[in-house]
This record gives sequence, C-alpha cells and structure tokens, in this order.
Amino acid sequence: MMKTKIYNTLLVAGITAVSLSTVSVTAAPVDETLIIDEEIEITTRAAPPEGHPLKEVISGWHYRTPETRELETDTFQNPGYLGVEQGEEIWNTAEGTEGKSCASCHGDASESMANVGATFPKWHAKMNKPVNVELQINYCRTENMGAEPYKFDKSGQKPLTAYIKNQSLGKPVELDLAAGDMQAWFDKGKETYYKRTGQLNLSCASCHEKNNGNYIRADHLSQGNVNGFPTYRLKQNKLISLHNRFRGCIRDTRAEFPAAFSDELMGLEVYVTWRGTGLSVETPAVRQ
Amino acid sequence: MRVQLKTLLLGALLGCSTALYAGTIAPGDVKIEGLAIADSLTGVAGDAAEGRKIFANRKQGNCLACHANSEMSEHLFHGGVGPSLDGAGARWQPEMLRTIVVNAKAVFTEETVMPGFYSLEVGENVREDLIGKTILTAQQVEDVVAYLATLK
Ligand code: HEC
Ligand code: HEC
Repeated sequence: MMKTKIYNTLLVAGITAVSLSTVSVTAAPVDETLIIDEEIEITTRAAPPEGHPLKEVISGWHYRTPETRELETDTFQNPGYLGVEQGEEIWNTAEGTEGKSCASCHGDASESMANVGATFPKWHAKMNKPVNVELQINYCRTENMGAEPYKFDKSGQKPLTAYIKNQSLGKPVELDLAAGDMQAWFDKGKETYYKRTGQLNLSCASCHEKNNGNYIRADHLSQGNVNGFPTYRLKQNKLISLHNRFRGCIRDTRAEFPAAFSDELMGLEVYVTWRGTGLSVETPAVRQ
Repeated sequence: MRVQLKTLLLGALLGCSTALYAGTIAPGDVKIEGLAIADSLTGVAGDAAEGRKIFANRKQGNCLACHANSEMSEHLFHGGVGPSLDGAGARWQPEMLRTIVVNAKAVFTEETVMPGFYSLEVGENVREDLIGKTILTAQQVEDVVAYLATLK
C-alpha cells in the first residue's frame, strides 16, 4: 500500500522535473504539514525570534521532493532510523575503564535526554564554551567513562547523536543565549554566516538567506536550518552530521574549510541553530 | 616549493595560468570604463560554440547553476538565482557583457552573488590551489561573451 503511494509520487516528481526545465527556476516551499507516524506533529513553519532577518522560519523539509518528504512521515520507511537503533545499542553498552555506559548515568534516554536535541548547543561551564551533542558525548566518554573520544564522524558519533536528538522529536528548538558567553559565540557565528569565502565569493547568506526558494541547478535552496541533523542523505545513503554539511557548503565556495568542532564552526552552529528557533527537532530528517 | 611547482603544472594543464598567453591582459590590469571593457582580453575573438560549452560546464562557467537559458533546453536543470539570460545579447552591448562576466560587482553592486570570473577580488580563505587564479581564463571569458552575444 505504502509502496504504491511512493511509486506514484515518484512518477509525479518525474513529470514535474521535466516541466521544470528552463521554466520554473523558483518554487515556493510546499504548503503541507509534516506528521510522523500519524501522531507526532512537526512544526515546520514558525514565527521568527526577534532580530531574525526572515519573515518566517521554514524547515528544509518543505523544499524537498514529494518522495523525500514522504519518507520522513514514517519511521519504518525513514532509513535514518537504522542509525537511531544503532545509537540506542551504543547508549546501553558499557565502554572504557570505568565500565559504564551512557545508561549507567542517564538511565532512560526518553526522559533524561528529552530536551537535549531542542536546547543544544548549550553553555558548558567547565569547558568554558558552548558544546553540541557530539562534544558532550566526547566529554562524557573521557571524563566519566574512561573511554577514548570519538573522532569526527567516526565509530558511534553519528548514530549516538541521532539517537539522543531523536528523543526530542517534535520539540521546538530554543537556545539559552543568556548562559555564560553564549552571546559572544552567537556574534562570532553571525560574522561567519555573512562572511564571503572562496573563489566564488559567497556567504551562507548568499544561498540560504537571499536565495532560499530558488533553484541552484537541480538543488532547491532551503533556509539551511539545522533542526533535522544528523540527516539521512539519500544521495550518500547515510547519516550526515551537521559539521560535515557546514564543511561541504563552505568547500562549495572553493574555500579551505575549518576543522569540525573548531571554534569557528561551533559559533556558526550556535548562530544557525538560533535561526531555526521554533522549528521542531526532526532528527533524523531525510534529505536528498 | 614542491607545492608551488605542482600548482604551476596543474595551472598549465588546466590552462589557468593566464601569463602563458602573450598579449593577454592580467586580471589586475583590466580597464573598466563606463561599465565597459572595450577590447578583447586576449586580442583574439571569442568562439561562441566553445563559450556555449563553458557556460554549461559545472567545472568552468557553470552559469546554468544560477541562470535559466531557453537556448539550452537539452539541459534539464536551470538555476533561478540570477535572471534568465534569454535576450541578454539584445539587452547588453558585448563590452558590457564582458564586464559582467569579468567582475559582476563592477556593473551591479558589491552585494551581487554573481562571482567575478576574471577577477582576483575574491572571498576569504580561498582554496590553496586556487590562490591567485581566476575562475575562467581570459580566452574562456571571450568565448562566453561571444556566446552571450548570440542570445538575442
Ligand atoms: C553555493 C551555495 C551555498 C552556500 C554558499 C551555502 N550553502 Fe548550505 N546548502 C546549499 C545547498 C544546495 C543545500 C541543499 C539544499 C538545501 O537544503 O538548501 C544546502 C544545505 C544546507 C543545510 C541543510 C539544510 C537541511 O534542511 O537539511 C544547512 C544546515 C546548510 N546548507 C548550511 C549552510 C551554512 C551554515 C553555510 C555557510 C557556511 C552554507 N550552507 C553555505 C548551498 C549552499
Ligand atoms: C552564483 C550565482 C551566479 C552565477 C554562477 C552566475 N551568475 Fe550571472 N547573475 C547572477 C545574478 C544574481 C545576477 C543579477 C544581478 C544582481 O542582482 O546582482 C546576474 C546577472 C547576469 C547578467 C545580466 C542579466 C541581464 O539580463 O540583465 C548576465 C549577462 C550574466 N549574469 C551572465 C552570467 C554568465 C555568463 C555566467 C557564467 C560565466 C554567470 N552569469 C554566472 C548570478 C550568477
């Protein structure tokens, strides 16, 4: 039943793609509602927080093709959930010299992690900087488990991050910018967002602020919101971390790109997460 | 030093090293007067057929990423970031088209998202192997301009 539906939408998508040629180079984000498993309502359009440059905050889901959107409505079809399940296993597996798992300290993730995905990056007093879920995992691994930190995008980092953020599925993103020096990191991130880089001389704003809704060749440009990360990317057939996406977008301007979790990209994560304030967490979102 | 040699070699292979062509105006020496660049950057006339290929090629002009162009209906996806280039050759003199391709900022505003294809006024942290290089060579610019002039 579900399958036929997808094939039908695929067919329709094929037809629109053909009529797209040379004519429709701009398209409004689709006017639809995202409900996952017929019960979890996802806020994909929100009123912007004060000081936001756009009139409405819109999830990347609205800019994707019908078949990609469809995949996200059903947790059985969404291939990102394989990663989430893997993450759950890691959550419960003891590692390191202390013989502890995440569950040893945090118990049931559906309770202890319920707000994490919606409120990170968060000020970390001991590290004196904002941390995202990946950095918090590494902190727990080294400080509490006696385990090696995960290398960027390696071993359990993406599935465990996806599992933790998925506990906030449907919750609206809201950062606490009053904590510690969050505001200073936000300001630095904003600078990065508007900085033109590379031989092509483009900033994040060139594509995601000025041109969201426009096609850049076959890609329908979204606002570049981060509420679905790690996202399952159909093109690559795997979960894609946020810092991988950041680096990819910067690389596309023909620039050298900063290291994952560098201060520059952490500032950018704080700022871009704020730009998506009010959108529901969609992890693991499906994108092409 | 080794890196430098490698880049030089690569540049030569890709035809990026503009200095290789005698009589070619270097990116820093291009004179823009009244929004126009009067003469060919190489002294050689552009080849419109070659320019058409450069226009669509993702590794070269990739103009189609941002512009629709009915004359290229064989390509499925055209961008909508810039205006359609249908009739561009009727709207603009070739001397102005040359300026737009060389450095769009000189014709539009500093804020334009259109890259300068023969300009060294680029963004920060340029990829190491592209430092000091332009996106297109002078002759490629001439070829693209010749092609644009046919879009009447
Ligand atoms: C040359 C154009 C371009 C630039 C510059 C650019 N991006 Fe992107 N970005 C894209 C495209 C194309 C996609 C895929 C389609 C989409 O989701 O918009 C994308 C996707 C994204 C996504 C995923 C959105 C989702 O819903 O999954 C994020 C986040 C993002 N970009 C952030 C950034 C940030 C931050 C910067 C600057 C550091 C940036 N981008 C610069 C073209 C660009
Ligand atoms: C990243 C986007 C981008 C790319 C790539 C790009 N352009 Fe543009 N172009 C624009 C925008 C945007 C404008 C409109 C000026 C403005 O608003 O800043 C423009 C304007 C133009 C114009 C004037 C349009 C008119 O009819 O008034 C021409 C001609 C043009 N571009 C040609 C080209 C050519 C040729 C290439 C490739 C060699 C190219 N562009 C690549 C974004 C782009």
